[in-house]
Amino acid sequence: MSLTIDGRKVSVREGTTILAACREIGIEIPTLCFLETLHPINACRICVVEVEGGRVLVPSCSRAAEEGMVVHTQSSRVKHSRKLVLEMLASSVDLSTTPQVAEWIEEYEAKPERFGPPAPPAAPGTRDASVPGHHAPPNPEFAATVAEPAKIDNDLYVRDYAKCILCYKCVEACGPDHQNTFAIAVAGRGFDAHISTEFAVPLPESACVYCGNCIAVCPTGALMATTEYEKRAAGTWDESRMTTTDTICPYCGVGCTLRLHVDDGVIVKATSPLENSITQGNLCIKGRFGWRFVQNRDAVPGGNGAGNGDGR
Amino acid sequence: MDLHLRHAAPTDQERAAVDALLGPPTSSWLGGTRGDVARDTHVAHGGRETREQRHLLLPALEALQARVGWISETGLEYVCTRLGVPPADAWGVATFYALLSTTPRAPRVLHVCDDVACRCKGAAELIEQLERKVGPAHSHGPHGDHVEIDPHSAVWMRSPCLGLCDQAPAAFLQQAGDARHERLVGELTVERAVTLLQEPPPAFVPHSDMPKQLVYSMEHRRPFFMQDDSPLMTETSTLRLPQDDNDAPQHRGLLDRIGIVDPTDIAAYRNTGGFDALRRAIELGPDAVIREVIDSKLMGRGGAAFPTGRKWDAVAKQSAHPHYLICNADESEPGTFKDRVLLDGDPFAIVESMAIAGFATGCERGFLYIRGEYPLGASRVQHAIDEARKHGFLGGNILGRGIRFDIEIRRGAGAYICGEETAIFNSIEGFRGEPRNKPPFPVQAGLFGLPTVVNNVETLANIPAIVLNGGQAFARIGTEESTGTKLFCLSGNVERPGVYEVEFGKTVRDLLDMAGGVTNGRKLQAMLLGGAAGVFIGPNDLDIPLTFEGARAAKATLGSGVLVAFDEAVDMKQILLRIASFFRDESCGQCVPCRVGTVRQEEALYRIASGKTIGGVSGEIALLDEVGLAMKDSSICGLGQTAYAAIESAIHRVGLLNGKSEIHI
Ligand SMILES: Cc1cc2nc3c(=O)[nH]c(=O)nc-3n(C[C@H](O)[C@H](O)[C@H](O)COP(=O)(O)O)c2cc1C
Ligand code: SF4
Ligand code: SF4
Ligand code: SF4
Ligand code: FES
Ligand code: FES
Repeated sequence: MSLTIDGRKVSVREGTTILAACREIGIEIPTLCFLETLHPINACRICVVEVEGGRVLVPSCSRAAEEGMVVHTQSSRVKHSRKLVLEMLASSVDLSTTPQVAEWIEEYEAKPERFGPPAPPAAPGTRDASVPGHHAPPNPEFAATVAEPAKIDNDLYVRDYAKCILCYKCVEACGPDHQNTFAIAVAGRGFDAHISTEFAVPLPESACVYCGNCIAVCPTGALMATTEYEKRAAGTWDESRMTTTDTICPYCGVGCTLRLHVDDGVIVKATSPLENSITQGNLCIKGRFGWRFVQNRDAVPGGNGAGNGDGR
Repeated sequence: MDLHLRHAAPTDQERAAVDALLGPPTSSWLGGTRGDVARDTHVAHGGRETREQRHLLLPALEALQARVGWISETGLEYVCTRLGVPPADAWGVATFYALLSTTPRAPRVLHVCDDVACRCKGAAELIEQLERKVGPAHSHGPHGDHVEIDPHSAVWMRSPCLGLCDQAPAAFLQQAGDARHERLVGELTVERAVTLLQEPPPAFVPHSDMPKQLVYSMEHRRPFFMQDDSPLMTETSTLRLPQDDNDAPQHRGLLDRIGIVDPTDIAAYRNTGGFDALRRAIELGPDAVIREVIDSKLMGRGGAAFPTGRKWDAVAKQSAHPHYLICNADESEPGTFKDRVLLDGDPFAIVESMAIAGFATGCERGFLYIRGEYPLGASRVQHAIDEARKHGFLGGNILGRGIRFDIEIRRGAGAYICGEETAIFNSIEGFRGEPRNKPPFPVQAGLFGLPTVVNNVETLANIPAIVLNGGQAFARIGTEESTGTKLFCLSGNVERPGVYEVEFGKTVRDLLDMAGGVTNGRKLQAMLLGGAAGVFIGPNDLDIPLTFEGARAAKATLGSGVLVAFDEAVDMKQILLRIASFFRDESCGQCVPCRVGTVRQEEALYRIASGKTIGGVSGEIALLDEVGLAMKDSSICGLGQTAYAAIESAIHRVGLLNGKSEIHI
């Protein structure tokens, strides 16, 4: 079937999304909540495009291309919505670890500060205890934010929801799309909606199995392995210095592809490539976190030989 | 999936509440006592069969709320065990609804409306007095399971429009526990509010126990009960037809039976032509019924004004089965209360209309989704369903013709968004009431992923007349594009607020006159047409015809038939702020433009109202315009898309914020 995008004729297979059609001809469209390996939830709306004849803009990441569609990816309406989405997110969420967003903010001339200075972080647990259908009156001095202290309740990963754009990816990865564990869900409503375990219990009390597949899909760094979180806090996280090595997880017969991120000879993170047909980016707790023994510098001399003392 | 449970036992109360809905557990896997059920030894229960009951999640949570007054961790876990729902997932659902509490709360709650129509009748002042007399509104209780709660305690909370705007100021009383009681309270005074908080309400009176001769008086449509303290008083206080003050009760159409024919008596319904249309529909056959509906040019009355016949035709033609029917009785658009009058006053007609719709579109199962704040309507319709089934108008063999159709009621729990036609699917299925992306459209993939008809209560209520008199006869009433009669909800500063039924073609002024004009002869400042998702018009716009085409031409909307009048004394900044606050509260939170945009919109209006603007009022208005355009263009659903509509019209059409001269058509 064929459609027109920004004046160019494109032929695609039936079922192709507008986003995929754009990418085929090299048109870049920003995305946040979209990921090839997950069901499109089309919630962030940064990928909207204008389809002629439509009343409203459409999310390109999920709308299938149709025969004869005429699409504009850079109309003034499109640019306006993308700019506002960026301003709304950047004024309410800490996007400091969201890749690419700074470029987009510049490209779309977004000015998040025009809503007023960002409100300071809420006390721990305040957002968890929000009541649907009710909220405190606005504070005229500040623009409301989702800022709150990071949740650090286990050794393996940190949940810093001040950075959460509510893209639903972690919920999909933990639930129906990958892990089938359903340890987290979106709770609350409206601006107070947030990712939560049941009754906001700490992770160790929840159904979480620490596969870290939520971390793998989180686009903002709200979910982060503790190793990375601590290095970032210490100012020693520098991706330009790191190397990656793909290997096979040694633990079980599934044989997941492991990508080890190594900084100065030390493994700082393990992931699996999204495009790997077996894992689709997923691992289990062992593959994701079970490599610390490799570099256990405090190994007991004459112990089980799990570490040679210098991690190399 | 394995459920990760903490396995704390539910209290007896919690178990009883859930078992009353789901029946006793059939296995220890499902929360029964180990050893009770012999077959447990070698069989694992749960799995698909259990999970397919997920659509009972919201009813189960409501059962807990009604019995215990809040949803505790053990209660939630028990529901999860019974239905195979992961606790985090159920938590996400429980925290979505305003009428459910996930922290310990007093068993008696008075939800006091502070929305736009009630504000015209002093709701803001009433709330101030309430704050002074009984203290601040309840926000949320301490966390923790089974905190001791005084069973006689009571709290109050603010509420969005309760659908009782004709009797403003309004409140909704919820009493949890064995003496469960729920009702709407009209014409609230602070004294009455204090009494309601202090005294336990009377026990609920089932219909069968109602003394009939007291309930219906043939001469007068109202009032049914005079004594304010009669336990039955409120049972009918929700019905009031001021139109009768103008004309003698006469044939009008949808309101024919209201207040005259006993809504609890199937014989009375049948004596006034009830179920004749169903019989006729079955004679005609599904295709002919749909043809009549197409010929009638009936347009949906829920707000979107979509042709009903086309919707039915599209569903009837879908090859995927089963098909589903949903009667949308969520009625939460501020200023709307017409469906309440139909549900409370003529429930058999809704049941009959649904049966015809189900028959015509090939559904065997219909749901009536009614907002949680309409307990009387819910029990009246439930009673009507039971009676209709008993008399062969519903069930497996309707009128002996082998036709199957039955209706289940689902009660909402405080979420405007669940009236959106795809959010309603998620709510019924036991998920968060978040709208779905379209396409696919409901006629293709709706409830449980199958072809679904969603129609508003009032839309359906027109069906019997169309079937009996023919679509063309119906099309002759009203105007070319707006056929039939329409219910309008007059409220705010008018002399005689209420539901008015008129043939399409009247103007705003006509309706305002019918309602006796502005209270105390004051000057009109503005009117809100179509609800919070509608538009404001100024006093020079009163000749707008209240037809779909007339409203469209005037860049207005009929919405759900709302007409709220604001007199010159009303502080419109506060009204606009309340509308902005409504959208911020009711946004589901799914998409960025609406989730954050409704917050930024409220903040800007708040800064204007408090005189602390960024860049002056004009700067704030520019900001509002930009945020509003993004919400309209990029939000997923109608809520975000219309969240700026009323405020935009107040600013640019009526000039309510900066004294700009009024622009009128
Ligand atoms: C936020 C929102 C809330 C809505 N609430 C209701 C409602 O309470 N009742 C209703 O009938 N329609 C409501 N609608 C409209 C429905 O989406 C749908 O159009 C309607 O039920 C279709 O029925 P009709 O064709 O008979 O009007 C709402 C729409 C939106 C966007
Ligand atoms: S935590 Fe990350 S993945 Fe989850 S919703 Fe927030 S931003 Fe998305
Ligand atoms: S990551 Fe887990 S599943 Fe994959 S190979 Fe390693 S142990 Fe096996
Ligand atoms: S527009 Fe608002 S209510 Fe609708 S889906 Fe988006 S966030 Fe939810
Ligand atoms: S990327 Fe398409 S809506 Fe988020
Ligand atoms: S009941 Fe209060 S505004 Fe409708």
